[in-house]
Amino acid sequence: MLMGKVGKLFRTTAFKLSLAYLVLFSIGAGLVLTRVGARVKEVLDEQIEQTVEAEIRALSEQYSQGGLRQLTTAVERRVRAPGSSLYLLTTHSGEVIVGNIEPPTAAPIGGSELVETPYQRRGEPGIEHPALLRLFLLPGGFRLLIGHDIEDHQVLRDILRRALGVSLFWLALVGALGGLFVAHRMLERVDVMSASARRIMAGDLHERLAVSGAGDELDRLAENFNAMLERISELMTGLREVSDNIAHDLKTPLTRLRNHAEAALRGSGDKGAHREALNVVIEESDGLIRVFNALLMIARAEAGYCSDNLAAYDADAVVSDIAEMYEPVAEEQGARLDVVTEPGLAVSGSRELLGQAVVNLVDNALKYGASGAEPTIDVSAKRVGERIEITVADRGPGISPADRERVIGRFVRLENSRSRPGSGLGLSMAAAVARLHHGALRIEDNAPGLRVVLSLPAIRAAVSRERA
Amino acid sequence: MALMRILLIEDDKEASDYLVKAFREQGHVADHAADGLAGYASAREGDYDVLIVDRMLPKMDGLSLISSLREQKVETPVLILSALGQVDDRVKGLRAGGDDYLPKPYAFSELLARVEALVRRRVGPRGEETHYRVGDLELDRLSHKVTVAGQEIVLQPREFRLLEYLMKHAGQVVTRTMLLENVWDYHFDPQTNVIDVHISRLRAKIDKGRDNPLLHTIRGAGYMIRDGMR
Repeated sequence: MLMGKVGKLFRTTAFKLSLAYLVLFSIGAGLVLTRVGARVKEVLDEQIEQTVEAEIRALSEQYSQGGLRQLTTAVERRVRAPGSSLYLLTTHSGEVIVGNIEPPTAAPIGGSELVETPYQRRGEPGIEHPALLRLFLLPGGFRLLIGHDIEDHQVLRDILRRALGVSLFWLALVGALGGLFVAHRMLERVDVMSASARRIMAGDLHERLAVSGAGDELDRLAENFNAMLERISELMTGLREVSDNIAHDLKTPLTRLRNHAEAALRGSGDKGAHREALNVVIEESDGLIRVFNALLMIARAEAGYCSDNLAAYDADAVVSDIAEMYEPVAEEQGARLDVVTEPGLAVSGSRELLGQAVVNLVDNALKYGASGAEPTIDVSAKRVGERIEITVADRGPGISPADRERVIGRFVRLENSRSRPGSGLGLSMAAAVARLHHGALRIEDNAPGLRVVLSLPAIRAAVSRERA
Repeated sequence: MALMRILLIEDDKEASDYLVKAFREQGHVADHAADGLAGYASAREGDYDVLIVDRMLPKMDGLSLISSLREQKVETPVLILSALGQVDDRVKGLRAGGDDYLPKPYAFSELLARVEALVRRRVGPRGEETHYRVGDLELDRLSHKVTVAGQEIVLQPREFRLLEYLMKHAGQVVTRTMLLENVWDYHFDPQTNVIDVHISRLRAKIDKGRDNPLLHTIRGAGYMIRDGMR
């Protein structure tokens, strides 16, 4: 259990990130310390070089002034001084004349370069020390070896190296602990979220992810997930309502149908009554079929229509057709259709479905909006900017603002319309058709009355109506 | 309506038994094939006036059957029956070579009226006629003139097309959906009494003051124009 938990901690993104930073910082620290070490060595070497240079100049002057004797004296004097440099004056064949070191086994050959060479102090054979040495050839075949002990430098270098090691160790320790801490905190919050998500999956759609209030990326994520959950539960509620309504709106006519059949069976058995009952049964089943067709059509339109059946057509022609179709119906009802269309309002979609949608709107207007003192229905199709707006407006009682959003839903029938025939699908179908055309359905106040607007995006090319 | 020889290609036994019986009761000859291949063979060999083809059939689906027949130059009119009633399915059916499309479920009267219209279209060259006459009602397609007993009456363009379609199918039942499809060119369900209102307007113009009206309402089916005197 503990191992599992620790393993999980190590696998977190936060920990991996900390680890990556740790490696980067270590490399950085290493580079800095190495560079400092190198620079220190450089400076020290330079100093030695300058000292050696000066010594050579001074001693070769002594030699040129007073010959070997004066040089020897000068070297002897210098050797005695505390913290002196290293000197060795030999003859051409290597016999020591004066100096404070043993002749090195691998003496540097001549040149102006200082060479790092191990040496042994005079009187301390067997113990090697590091030194920078330079061979200077004097006229007359004498060889003067001058240099400087650099044991100190190596001590310094060791100190630096140890400092690097120690700092890397602390860096690693602090980094790892910090990484684990951050990872642990993240993991804790993510675990809380995961637990919430599991509970939500298990069915508790009211659960929400915890938001810490820090406004960080996890909070943002949680907020977005919460918004998503909100939407899902809205949709679920909608779906539940729809299925309830479907059940109600299909079961009611099915019950009526069944009752009629039963009543006919129980009845007198006279042929006329049977025929009458059968006619009612057929009528009821036709009504059911209509509801089914409407539901299927909405589902189709919402799922997006087969794209090869979407074509460009003139919306104004459809509106004129439907208005012309309904004009006598309105007249019979004592109402009037006022139709205004602009020519060449091309849209892309399905002419048939738009026709059906406009039929639904006009039908609704005649049913619910043409009863007042002014039974006029305004039907129009016009261009508004980049959009085509098809409007059906009545001067009836209208719909209260609170109900406007709701009536687009499937099977929604407002109280005062329950008694009249209809499936409650007309507006949802019109809205689905609008969406199919990448447009929208708006329900507005006509003050007085109701105005329903199908707002569809216009397409550029106007098409002549294809019609056989 | 004269006798029709009908081939019904439909795999649902109950539905096909009902249809065959109903067509025979109407005095027609109706044969039945239960799958696509058998139907294809019968349609090629037999001499039928009309084929009624279900869209989904075992062994060979309805649309392939129709396209194959058309490739073989079998031009018998075809009515497609389908549970898919949507506009795009209809378009596919007609594109495959079907002549008419009827979504399930349907009323037998609707099917009968449509089949009769298809056969009539084939039997007589009536479609190309330019002058129709029913009783004392005459319609001239070229001059767009309609006269009753020699007296010209004025019709709206849509009323003219409505009357033209009815007279083209004089003596035949024409259903409301057929009118909506052929006169208005829309294929949805005409929900309310839209078509009836247009018919009654037309009736007011052509049957005014007649004892024997020409335009009849056929209950549960549709309308028919015919000379009531015969």
